[in-house]
Amino acid sequence: MTNPLDNGYILLALTFITFTAATRLARKLHTSLFNPILITIITLIAILCAFDIPYSTYDTGGSYISFWLKPAVVALGVPLYRQLSAIRSQALFILLAELAGCIAGIISVVLVAQLLGASREVILSLASKSVTTPIAIEVTNAVGGIAPLSAAVVVCVGIFGGITGFRIMEMTGVRSPVAQGLSMGTAAHAVGTSMAITEGGYHYGAWASLGLTVNGLFTALLTPAILSLMNV
Amino acid sequence: MRNFAAMLIIQCAVIFTFLALGETLAWLTGIPVPGSIIGMLLLTAALQLRIIRLRHVSGVADFLVKNLGFFFIPAGVALVDHFDLLRREWLPIVGAAVISTIIVLGVTGQLHQIARKYLSRHDQPS
Repeated sequence: MTNPLDNGYILLALTFITFTAATRLARKLHTSLFNPILITIITLIAILCAFDIPYSTYDTGGSYISFWLKPAVVALGVPLYRQLSAIRSQALFILLAELAGCIAGIISVVLVAQLLGASREVILSLASKSVTTPIAIEVTNAVGGIAPLSAAVVVCVGIFGGITGFRIMEMTGVRSPVAQGLSMGTAAHAVGTSMAITEGGYHYGAWASLGLTVNGLFTALLTPAILSLMNV
Repeated sequence: MRNFAAMLIIQCAVIFTFLALGETLAWLTGIPVPGSIIGMLLLTAALQLRIIRLRHVSGVADFLVKNLGFFFIPAGVALVDHFDLLRREWLPIVGAAVISTIIVLGVTGQLHQIARKYLSRHDQPS
């Protein structure tokens, strides 16, 4: 290897440095449009392209970061527990809202993708787009889509939902804090959850993590059935 | 400081134990639900049943939850391997994802607000 950047550890360092710098800049700019996660992804992709480094090299370092995805999902049990007493009194509404959101999400993404001429494997990869990456990847594998595409779409959906979510809810008349937190987690999984915490506060995070969890469960359970009902 | 380090190890032990339990259960039952989700539900149940106390997990758990977004970066960078597919089908992918995300945000939030308004006349306020 003549290219010194062709090294997973150097790229890992660059990921941390870029994210730290982007986070500091975001704090100064005070705008949710400048998203540190998105900026870091774009910067790293630009570096990989510019120096002709394969993703497999990046992943030798990057996998140390993605490794924490699964334990972080387990850790969501803590905000969930902290909200449990409040959740119990509203269990029925939450399950209703989640079920509707989950089904509406899968049907709408499939219909729009079909309308715009997506291939079958892309449609199958899009069905899980609202849920957190580890779930999305397993759902996509189960229905026969392209798992890395799902992962990428999930990240983009999370960032889009995270950045625009509160504005969209303002426009669609979603005003109660519980409904807002729930929707952010349902539509934009972990990124939406972290944005809900940043913009709303820790208790928004609890509702968002609930939305993320319940929608993840429903999506994992319902996607294969909905796709076959829709003849995809 | 020694105390802090010891708590860190205990909290990591709790989180990885529940992840391992979840993974094992998913493998044993063959249900198509990721082990991490099962682990999360088991952790919530264990906290509720006081098998695990909040202090045995909260520091590391809060750190992980607050940085969830960061852990997605490598998955986003993986996009670099799928530029061909994106060039061919970017419109349906972006269009479907954006429209559907807006629908999910609106439907989930609205339904929760409506259900709460009509189903909870004698419930306590939030």
